[in-house]
Amino acid sequence: MITIIDYGMGNLGSIYNMFKHINVESKISKDTDEISKAEKILLPGVGSFDAAIERIRENGLKEILDQKVLVEKVPILGICLGMQILTSESEEGNLEGLNWISGRTKKFVFADNHIKIPHMGWNIVRSSKTNPLTYNLAEDSRFYFVHSYYVKVYEEKNSLLKTTYGGIEFDSAIQKDNIWGTQFHPEKSHKFGMKLLENFAKI
Amino acid sequence: MLRTRIIPCLQLIDQSLVKTVQFKKHNYIGDPINTVRIFNELEVDELCFLDIRATVEKREPNLKILTGIANECFMPLSYGGGLRDFETVKKIFSIGFEKVVINSFAVEKPEFIKKVAEHFGNQAVIGSIDVKKNILGRYNVYSKDGTEKTKLEPIEWAKKLEELGAGELLITSMDNDGTWEGFDIEINKKIANAVSMPIIANGGAGSIEHIGEVLLKGTVNAVALGSMVVYQKKGMGVLINFPDKEQLNNEFLKIKK
Repeated sequence: MITIIDYGMGNLGSIYNMFKHINVESKISKDTDEISKAEKILLPGVGSFDAAIERIRENGLKEILDQKVLVEKVPILGICLGMQILTSESEEGNLEGLNWISGRTKKFVFADNHIKIPHMGWNIVRSSKTNPLTYNLAEDSRFYFVHSYYVKVYEEKNSLLKTTYGGIEFDSAIQKDNIWGTQFHPEKSHKFGMKLLENFAKI
Repeated sequence: MLRTRIIPCLQLIDQSLVKTVQFKKHNYIGDPINTVRIFNELEVDELCFLDIRATVEKREPNLKILTGIANECFMPLSYGGGLRDFETVKKIFSIGFEKVVINSFAVEKPEFIKKVAEHFGNQAVIGSIDVKKNILGRYNVYSKDGTEKTKLEPIEWAKKLEELGAGELLITSMDNDGTWEGFDIEINKKIANAVSMPIIANGGAGSIEHIGEVLLKGTVNAVALGSMVVYQKKGMGVLINFPDKEQLNNEFLKIKK
């Protein structure tokens, strides 16, 4: 059972739908008791960095999530903004991130105004290591991205996938111990996303 | 490299899928849920649904059909048609769509775009502009499924929509809609040059070359397809399909310098 955290940041229906489609049990929850019993966690997120951190604090989730992730070592996958808040800090806000994976969330800045922000659409990912989350992904895998900020991890070993947009190479998936994050939306990346979420379900 | 977005843009009237020609005729295509299943098989990269008559017929979006669509679709999805209040927009997002397309109500109440963008982010709002050329070659903006001519000038209106918070624009040529004769390059280019957000060209696609042409000469970022993805060929029967990906890639290669 995968617990999808509902902290008021973004659309959870499509994640739930994809899990259902691949026959993985999941539930959407904001109940702290229920979350403290979670076996596996999915942290979604659409919106802004500070708003997400504030909502996590307001909902009393910070302590529970620290306990689940850092002490109990429950597998967690952050998606999009849900990945960015795993890092230490963001150029989008002033609040400290969850800081589980040391890194910085930076703003896309391009001199050429033909390079549009957000980075929106399907892009490819490059992998240089084997990992349970990306196990057996098809070579031509592509994923759907929508973001104006990108993550750079401080330690290269925490970079799992890389993607380039407008000449900027960023970490499109990150990982440290039991913590994973993807900048792209697997729930919107049809068969490629299904494979990745299946992998997460098997971890 | 970021792939160029080629988006089937499907027209709904309540629970039926239709296809228009120059905003007239409502030729029946089929059941939207079955169609979506086929697009899933085809691994289409994005889908847009527009209930073209919702505003005119004063209908709310058909949430039952849209929920059915969202449950079957594992790709980015946008919806437009009859969106006039914030609560309905919220529902559209909560069932699994990630973008809303707003046309008529933005003309009536521009601040609505701002409100939706502030809450859900600019990337979640597609401003939609229907344009028609008059005899003098001047473009006018129309609303309510092309039934009402507005006083808006397309380029100024595009800039205004950007200022209000739209994250991209869907530009539909009423003259070219359903004709298979190619996109209106001129208006797409003018708008693309005037704003910094992505432009989706819509109306008139009849071949892969047309797609390449509007990307290259119209300098748009994405392309919407109507007739081409629901019919075998011009004047022939219904066939849900998607252009050959190899051929599309060849067109894209011509554009990328």
